[in-house]
Amino acid sequence: MPTLTMNGITVEVERGTTLLEAAQFLGLPIPTLCHEDGLAPYGGCRLCVVEVVNGAKKSLQSSCTYPALDGLQVFTHSARVEKARRLLVELYVATCPQSKRIQDLASAMGVRQVRYDAKHEHCIQCGLCVRMCEQQMMAGAIGFSGRGLHREVTRPFDTTSDTCRQCGACLYICPVCELRCAGPDAESTLCNGCLNISTACFQTYDNAMCSLDPCHACEIDGPFRADVRVKLQPQIEFPVLAKK
Amino acid sequence: MPNHGAYPLRSLEDLQAVAELGRQRISPAQPKIMIGMATCGQAAGATEVLEAVREVVAQDKLPYVVSETGCIGWCSQEPLLDICIPGRPRVTYGRVTPARARQIIRALPEPKPQWALATMPGDENTLTGYYTSYLAGEDTPLRGVKSYRDLPLFKRQLRIVMRNCGLIDPASFEEYIARGGYTALWQALRTQTPQQVVDGVTKSGIRGRGGAGFPTGRKWQTVREAPGSPKYVICNADEGDPGAYMDRGVLEGDPHSVLEGMTIGAYAMGASEGIIYVREEYPLAVARMKDAIRQSEVAGLLGANIFGSGFGFTVRVVTGAGAFVCGEETALIRSIEGKVGEPQQRPPYPAVRGLNGKPTCINNVETWANVPVIIARGGEWFASIGTPGSKGTKVFSLVGNIENTALIEVPMGTTLAEIVYEIGGGIPGNRECKAIQTGGPSGGCIPASKFNLPVDYDSLTAAGSIMGSGGMIVMDDHTCMVDIAKYFLGFLEDESCGKCFSCREGTQRLKEIVQRISEGHGVDEDLVLLEELSWMVREVSLCGLGQTAANPVLSTLRYFREEYLEHIHHQRCPAKVCRQLITFAIDPVTCNGCGACVQVCSGKAILGEKNKLHTIEQAHCTKCGACMDICKFDAVTVN
Ligand SMILES: Cc1cc2nc3c(=O)[nH]c(=O)nc-3n(C[C@H](O)[C@H](O)[C@H](O)COP(=O)(O)O)c2cc1C
Ligand code: SF4
Ligand code: SF4
Ligand code: FES
Repeated sequence: MPTLTMNGITVEVERGTTLLEAAQFLGLPIPTLCHEDGLAPYGGCRLCVVEVVNGAKKSLQSSCTYPALDGLQVFTHSARVEKARRLLVELYVATCPQSKRIQDLASAMGVRQVRYDAKHEHCIQCGLCVRMCEQQMMAGAIGFSGRGLHREVTRPFDTTSDTCRQCGACLYICPVCELRCAGPDAESTLCNGCLNISTACFQTYDNAMCSLDPCHACEIDGPFRADVRVKLQPQIEFPVLAKK
Repeated sequence: MPNHGAYPLRSLEDLQAVAELGRQRISPAQPKIMIGMATCGQAAGATEVLEAVREVVAQDKLPYVVSETGCIGWCSQEPLLDICIPGRPRVTYGRVTPARARQIIRALPEPKPQWALATMPGDENTLTGYYTSYLAGEDTPLRGVKSYRDLPLFKRQLRIVMRNCGLIDPASFEEYIARGGYTALWQALRTQTPQQVVDGVTKSGIRGRGGAGFPTGRKWQTVREAPGSPKYVICNADEGDPGAYMDRGVLEGDPHSVLEGMTIGAYAMGASEGIIYVREEYPLAVARMKDAIRQSEVAGLLGANIFGSGFGFTVRVVTGAGAFVCGEETALIRSIEGKVGEPQQRPPYPAVRGLNGKPTCINNVETWANVPVIIARGGEWFASIGTPGSKGTKVFSLVGNIENTALIEVPMGTTLAEIVYEIGGGIPGNRECKAIQTGGPSGGCIPASKFNLPVDYDSLTAAGSIMGSGGMIVMDDHTCMVDIAKYFLGFLEDESCGKCFSCREGTQRLKEIVQRISEGHGVDEDLVLLEELSWMVREVSLCGLGQTAANPVLSTLRYFREEYLEHIHHQRCPAKVCRQLITFAIDPVTCNGCGACVQVCSGKAILGEKNKLHTIEQAHCTKCGACMDICKFDAVTVN
């Protein structure tokens, strides 16, 4: 079984484990956009990059696709990793400022400026919808077409496909359109709104006490809000909340 | 292919029998006329020349042999026609038209000095190490025509990969064998163990010619040791870089050299199946390769029990739709498997898990074509050529603002100055050379001041460029480096597969910023942003395309920063290329009112009566520059 170190901690994992899985096992938070348990790793968003030392080579690699190999040294939050992720998220915000998921990442990582013109695209081509449709809904009704500048998620021949059952799974999993950010600032393209509101109930009471459904505070920033991923991956946001 | 009764070939003697037939074809007893019929020749009109030659020979019932050959690399002089008269030097004619061809042929048997470019008194075969003289007695030079040996374009070249290009008929199996072809295969199969073959390649020090320069011996060893069966060998002939056609030249000019190399490799690595992945845009290369495969099958050099060794190997051609990114090895494998050509995570490397999940060795066309020579001459001989870190030779396509547009092969370590000024013959029109772009779209620009740089993998990388597959674009002082960066970024934003957000969006944003600068709207902070974004794209992208996509920006920023600053601070394009920053004007003194410019102006912006001074109305000027090109009196100026 491969043995490697992550941030100095030695860990032994089963063959075929990815670096992301190994990190999750150790509780090391790595932000992701195109990874979802139950779907095949894709490696498109590049947000999960970590620094991998393999012999004499030191490089950034996407942890969701890179295999945990024997003898690797991995750093999940080195200065190089953090700088790369921050620059990447800046680019994400510029592309899809209306995505709450992306704005939250920007807040959490301390992205304080966006130096590009906002594009307001509806898709970051993370491929989650395509894999969801194919691998979980067993429909394969959507896919990518074109490359580079012209690449997009489409239905075959751009018409409603017979194989699409209109289940909506693609919408549900989309990090861009599922949760909207209401307030990107026209000037800075950033929002940072949610993180600056402290929710009284969350700090004061135990989560279980809340009986409001939906609770307005939770909608904005709470453990029961519609964005289930906050529950699945609290690491993205809560460390920053704690810092404040 | 006629069966000479010798097939299947089983021994060295069988090969020699075929070689004898080939020798008779290469140097027949009658005068022979050869026409360069590679794609480059055909584009220049070689097909018509060939037809004309055939016609004259038939009409006049002349006792001459007419033959086709591949590209000898003298692209600026295409179409090329060669006359080989027994016992006399071969004579090469350039820029041949059907009419000239007729005259040249009718003047025979005495070759005309007119239109002759060079004479070839003999050739050296790097595979056998022998020099063959064409002369029966004294060299009989043509008046005023230089020998190939004295031409700067050829003097410095050493042809290992292109050893047969332009010398043999690529469609002839016999001619290939006459030049020592398939003896290396015999040698490997019958006198060496697979491990000895790998060791020979390792000893040669050859590094992959597809771009990254990975040591080929090490790759072969990995594939050889990797568990799994069947194993595959693949020839990467995707060649998607604009301006590069080295691989095409080899496939069209000497297809068997690639096949022989692959068969030797397959034997060494225990592979049973080979695939040649060629882009669809190379129909002639595809046809030549398919022909070569069929010939080898007939001769028993592909199929079961080759040379009676018990080793069997088959090869097929797969055509790709010509996406640049499909040249990346993992994308190429996906494309062969019928999936979308998008790069995948490595490791696992194809050497361990490649095509159909099996160990797969992917090498470039040129890498494969080197293999027979390495086996025939030995790894030590090969390692004696080149520099400590880069062995052997490299084929380059030399294009752009250069006198001799050419396909050249030089030893590693040749300096850029030698390539540009000697071999390339310098810059036309007494212009200054500004820079050379190496390594294809994701390579970099090296300024003329750095031309003492030896061309090898490590020096080019240190200079901020890459070896890439061997495209070299020479740029004169009328080139704007901001514009060049914009051009390559435009190529990359189209050709990125689009999987990585960093690469897809990053190339678009890089181009957006460079475009802004080229339009005079840039600010100082843009340069910081360009550098930071470039760094990020390189660091986090998955494959080589993304990892090198910022090279055009970074290398131009490194060497031509003032040019960017000039655009930013003074809204001025020093090379007068960036349209938004230049204005055209008509010099009132020089203009004689001929009116030629009015006809070509795309914006209908030129006013003026016949024989009176003309003026350009700036508001309507589209900056197309047509007026400047057409004015015979140099009255149109640009600022
Ligand atoms: C974007 C991209 C394009 C490539 N295109 C080619 C190509 O056209 N031909 C080629 O031989 N290698 C190409 N390569 C390199 C291949 O991935 C691979 O390294 C090479 O074929 C290995 O052969 P070699 O070891 O003989 O160089 C490309 C790589 C990248 C990242
Ligand atoms: S539509 Fe949404 S889920 Fe699908 S690729 Fe685009 S961003 Fe990802
Ligand atoms: S780096 Fe670019 S070309 Fe390579 S896989 Fe990523 S998006 Fe595709
Ligand atoms: S989560 Fe790894 S690349 Fe997207």
